Amino acid sequence: MRASTFAVRCSRQLPWIALAIGAGACLAAPADGDWPAAARDAANTRYSPLAEITAANASRLQLAWSFSTSVGKGHEAAPIVADGTMFVVTPFPNRVIAFDVSTPGAHVRWSFDPKPDPHAQGVACCDVVNRGAAVADGRLFFAALDNQVIALDVRDGAELWRTRLGDVASGQSMTMAPIVVRNEVIVGNSGSGFGVRGFIAALAADTGHEIWRAWSTGPDKDVRIGAGFAPFYAADRGTDLGVATWPPEAWRIGGGTVDGWVSYDAQLDLVFHGTGRPAPRNPHARPGANKWTSSLFARKAQTGDAVWAYQASPHDRYGYDGSNENVLVDLVLAGRERHVLLHPDSNGEFYVIDRATGEVLSADPYAFVSTSRGVDPDSGALRYATDELPAVGRVLRDSCPGSAGAKNWQPSAWSPRTQLLYVPHQDLCEDSDFFAVSHIPGTPYLGAESRMHERAGAPRGGFLAWDPVKRRKAWWLPERFPVWSGALATAGDVVFYGTMDGWFKAVDARSGHPLWKFKTASGIVGQPVSYRGGDGHQYVAVLAGVGGWAGLIVANDLDARDGTAGGGFVNAMKDLPAATGRGGMLYVFRLQ
Amino acid sequence: MSSGFNRRRALVRRTTALVAALVGAIAGCQRETRLFTATPVPADARAQADALSAQQAGPAGRGMREVAAAGGYDEDSAYALAQGKMYYRWFNCIGCHAQGGGGSGPALMDASWIYGNKPGDVFTSIMDGRPGGMPSYRGRIPEKEAWELAAYVRSLSGLVSTDAATNRADSLSGADPEGLRDPQRPEDKQRK
Repeated sequence: MRASTFAVRCSRQLPWIALAIGAGACLAAPADGDWPAAARDAANTRYSPLAEITAANASRLQLAWSFSTSVGKGHEAAPIVADGTMFVVTPFPNRVIAFDVSTPGAHVRWSFDPKPDPHAQGVACCDVVNRGAAVADGRLFFAALDNQVIALDVRDGAELWRTRLGDVASGQSMTMAPIVVRNEVIVGNSGSGFGVRGFIAALAADTGHEIWRAWSTGPDKDVRIGAGFAPFYAADRGTDLGVATWPPEAWRIGGGTVDGWVSYDAQLDLVFHGTGRPAPRNPHARPGANKWTSSLFARKAQTGDAVWAYQASPHDRYGYDGSNENVLVDLVLAGRERHVLLHPDSNGEFYVIDRATGEVLSADPYAFVSTSRGVDPDSGALRYATDELPAVGRVLRDSCPGSAGAKNWQPSAWSPRTQLLYVPHQDLCEDSDFFAVSHIPGTPYLGAESRMHERAGAPRGGFLAWDPVKRRKAWWLPERFPVWSGALATAGDVVFYGTMDGWFKAVDARSGHPLWKFKTASGIVGQPVSYRGGDGHQYVAVLAGVGGWAGLIVANDLDARDGTAGGGFVNAMKDLPAATGRGGMLYVFRLQ
Repeated sequence: MSSGFNRRRALVRRTTALVAALVGAIAGCQRETRLFTATPVPADARAQADALSAQQAGPAGRGMREVAAAGGYDEDSAYALAQGKMYYRWFNCIGCHAQGGGGSGPALMDASWIYGNKPGDVFTSIMDGRPGGMPSYRGRIPEKEAWELAAYVRSLSGLVSTDAATNRADSLSGADPEGLRDPQRPEDKQRK
C-alpha cells in the first residue's frame, strides 16, 4: 500500500509516516488530532489519521455535545480544530465561535462578529454560505461574505487585521475557505453568476497585505502567465488567450471565480486551484473558448505565476465549472509512480492529472453524462456531444449533468489506506433556455433560466467510492437527494457523510456497508471532520443546517410552484421542505 | 319539409344567440384605453423639467412621484404589465427572483412580503433597494418603467386583474402563467 505524500517530511510524530513515500506535499502536517483547515491538509485529502472509530465499533457512536448557531441558512463550513479549540464560521453574518474542546460540554471561549455588509446577501447566488476557516501559527483566517479577509488571534478572538478584496456593488462575494501556505493566506472570490471577474490572491499572514493576485481572465500579465508557463496541451498555449478567446472586453465581466478549493504541494511549491464558469451563462453572448474559465491552474506559491493550465470545459455551454477540489495523491500507474491530482469535474469526468505538467493521465465519466463523449487523449479536449449551440428561443432539454454539475463544491475525501476517493455527488439533468442579457453591476448576469430534473429511474444523488487506478467505481450508495455535504475519511476505515434530509452516516470505507446513522434537526450540507478531544478520544463533528444551492428551497423559502426558482434547482427539490427544515446546529459524536 | 324549416329556424336562432354573445363578450372586455399620441410636453421650461424627471437618474427630486396615486402606476393596463414583464427580464430581476419562485432573492408569487406588496412598497424596493440584499435601481431604470415593473411584480402573485395580466411567455415554463395565478394575499391563510 502506498500512502499519499502529504504527510511526509513534516510529520514528526506519526507512526504511519513509515508508510509514506517520497517527498511531501505538506507544509507542516497537522498534528494527528487536529483539523486546522477545511480540507485538513494541503493535499486536500480530508483524511484523519485517528483510528479509534472502526467498522467494528462505529455502531456505538453517540452524540457528545451540540450547539445552535442561531442562523438558519446553509451551513457548509468545516469545523476547524487546533490546539484544543474548535472554530466554527457560521453562514452570513459570519460569526466565528470558538469552543474549548478540551473539556466536556465544550464551553464557548469567545465569539467574534465581523459585521459584514448586509448587501452582500444580495450577491450570493447560492445561499449565504461559508466553507470554513484556516488556522496557522496562532492565527485564524476566514473570508466574510462581503469580501473581507479577516485574521483573529486564536486565544481570544482579537482582530489582527482585515483586508477588503472587492466590492459587493460589483456583484462579488466570498464564500471559500482560505488555505495557509507558509506566510501566505490564499483566497479567491465568488460571483461568476453576477459577471464578476475571478481571481485568486495571496495575503501576508501577519499583516493582510496583498502579495499577489492572479485573475482568471484578461491579458497574460493579469493571469500571471509568463516565461515559466508551460501548459501541456496546444489549446492552452498562446498569447493573451484570456483576451483573445472572448468578444471585445467581455473578459472584464467573464466570471471564472475561484470559489472552491485550493491545494498545495510543498515539493513542487505549487498551488492548485480551479476556476468557475464563464459569465454570462448564455453561451451565445461569449463566442470563443472563454479562457481561463472552467479551468485548472498550477501556480508558484510565492508569486502566483502560472506553471500550467488546463481548460476542462472550453466555451462552457452547460454551466459547468472547475472550481471544485483537487486532491493531491501519489499513485502507481502502469508501473510508474506518478504525482497526480484527482479532480472529479462538474462536467462529469474524473480527471487524473500529472500535477507537475498538467498532462491528463486519464479521464473517465464517474456519473451519467449526455453532454460530452469523453476527453480526447491527444488534445486533452472535452468532446462535446454536439458543436451546435442551443438556439436562442428554444428550450434545450435533458442536458446531463445539469448546471449544478455531476458534483459541485461538495468536497471529496481520500483514504491512503483504501486508495479510494470518496465523492459526494448528484445526478440531475436540466432543461434550459437562453436570452439576451445586460450586465448591470451587482445583479445576476445569466441570460439563461433552467429547470433541473431527475434522470428517469435514477436517484438524485449518491456517495461514490472511486478507484483512480482501476478507473472505476469501487462501490456506490444511492441517496434520495443530492449529497451536498463533504466527505470524511479516517484511518479506522470509516467514512462519513451527511444527507440533505438530515442523516449523518458512517459507512465502511472498503465496502460502503452502512455502519451507523444519526438523524439531525436540519439537513446536512456541511463538511464532517474528526479530531482528538481533551479526553484523548476520537470525535467526529459536523454542522447541520440545510441550504446552499441545492437547499435554497428551504433556506430561502422558495416557491415550489416555480421550477426555475433557485437557479432551476427547485424543480428537482420540491419535496425537500417536507423532509427537512431550516436550522443551524453543530453536532459532535464519540464512541460510548 | 317542415322538419327542414324547423332546422333552419333553429340554426337562425342559434346564430343570433352566438352573435349576441360575441357582441356582449367584446363589449364586456374592459381593456385599457389606448393613447395614440404622446402627452405634449409643455413649453414652460420648469414644467418641462418636471415632466422629464420621470426619465432622470438620481435621487427623487421635484416631480419624482413617490406614491402610485400620484400617477404612473396602472395595473389595469395589459400593455404596462407586458412591458413590466419585459423589464423584469431586461433588468435581471429574473436572475434572483426567477419566474416568481425566488432564488437568492425572495419568492414574489407567494403571500409573504418582507417590505409590503402595495404598489408604492414594490416601487420603493426597486428604486431604493432593501438592506437584505436588494440592489437599488435608482439611476438605472426610469420611473415610468419602474412603475410598470412594480405592476408586473404584483401580477406574479395574482394581485392584478386576470384581464390585464400577461399570459404566454416566450421562454422555458417554470410556473403557471401570471394570468392563471390565484391571488396570494398576506391576510389570506393558505398553503403554497
